[in-house]
Amino acid sequence: MQTLSRTPLYERHVALGARLVPFAGWEMPVSYDGVISEHRAVRTDCGVFDVSHMGELEVEGPRARELLQSLLANDLDRIGPSRAQYTLLTNERGGIVDDLIVYELDPCRFLLIVNASNREADYEWLKGRELRGSDVRDVSDDYALLAVQGPRSIERLGLDPAPAFTFAEATVDGLECLVGRTGYTGEVGTELLVSADDASALWDRVVERGAVPCGLGARDTLRLEVCYPLHGADITPETDAISAGLGWVCALDKDFTGVEELRRVKEAGPSRRLVAFVMRDRAVPRQGMAIAGGGEVTSGTHSPMLDRGIGLAYVAASAAEPGRELTIDVRGRERRAEIVRKPIYERKE
Amino acid sequence: MAAAESYPEGLRYNAEHDWASIEGDVATMGITWYAQDSLGELVHYEPPDVGATIAKDNSYGEVESVKAVSDLVSPLSGEVLEVNERVVSTPEVVNDDPYGEGWLVKIRLTDTGELAQLLDVDAYKRHLADL
Repeated sequence: MQTLSRTPLYERHVALGARLVPFAGWEMPVSYDGVISEHRAVRTDCGVFDVSHMGELEVEGPRARELLQSLLANDLDRIGPSRAQYTLLTNERGGIVDDLIVYELDPCRFLLIVNASNREADYEWLKGRELRGSDVRDVSDDYALLAVQGPRSIERLGLDPAPAFTFAEATVDGLECLVGRTGYTGEVGTELLVSADDASALWDRVVERGAVPCGLGARDTLRLEVCYPLHGADITPETDAISAGLGWVCALDKDFTGVEELRRVKEAGPSRRLVAFVMRDRAVPRQGMAIAGGGEVTSGTHSPMLDRGIGLAYVAASAAEPGRELTIDVRGRERRAEIVRKPIYERKE
Repeated sequence: MAAAESYPEGLRYNAEHDWASIEGDVATMGITWYAQDSLGELVHYEPPDVGATIAKDNSYGEVESVKAVSDLVSPLSGEVLEVNERVVSTPEVVNDDPYGEGWLVKIRLTDTGELAQLLDVDAYKRHLADL
């Protein structure tokens, strides 16, 4: 049996009575008081998630930018220092090795925040392709990462508003953090990268400021309502970015691993597409369920905001337009859903 | 509000955390506090059809939370007389009141001899302590 890793906040989760589950080799809180109430806290006010299981890779050196430009799908020339970017690590077939956020710390130093389950694979991928003049290091164990998300998150933390995908070094109640205006919930918010030693103190300050502790259960329902893909489910090394609706992340005018295949898919049009759907019948769709006529659910859950089953699925590109009905095999029962425009949930201002 | 942990005296239980309340040859069935707590807030109840025959120790329906789905294992055999439509429309009633408003199904028993095979509350609590 493999031993599960624990984040620096493990004791906090236990003290709060969290339901802990194994996730990507980590013992992580799935919920504290309940997925639905945590989800609503983030949609209406402010929640805090321990996402310290995510990996941090640093790429440094005079040729760091050149290395990343050749391996990442998005164009780093679209950002600059103190800016972050959502991007993909792609393989030769145009498949997605991982999706990640890259932070330009300075022109010769970049921080990559990657999925927990892909930390080693990403590190090996980058390390194996290092150039003379680019150094790749896994610095994950040095840091904890707290996502503070929701319409009141910035105000509760006493931060000034800032545009999405910017970041700055700042202090929260005297604790130094890298404050990124990023997240995985579709709400305004921030991700606080903090030294592992300060993690518990920061968590306590953030909770005292009124953020509701939220687990991975709510993280999944929140991201699915806004159709953010999950690596390992909706996007994998076998799926390409164009079919997944992530063409906007791919700078097809530059050279990077797999770009020829992605250009070909873009030119010819993908044979299948990742679509969002809402159940018309009462049922909760789940990953792996088959769709009549071809296709498969890659993520499914119950949407707390819609009080309906929702999900993402690959279907034939010829049958992917919003409004079309899907029939999903829910453990032997035929249940109807409808393809909808992404995102599934959008705040009404 | 989620209910406080309890296991009523008068009910019969099975090891799969289903309960049955017997009146004559009619059993009302549901899931225990432990079952609803393990699942978390319920978001879906897939009931059997009224008139369907269900068999002891077999699945007669499903309940689902955000994260998990669980078969309902019937403690007894019988014919479905009534389904709790309130739970179909608002499944979280089961979390609020697992032994009252959160009942799932009423059946007419086909073999009252099966009652002797069920656990009383003390035996069920011992079973929980061993988990």
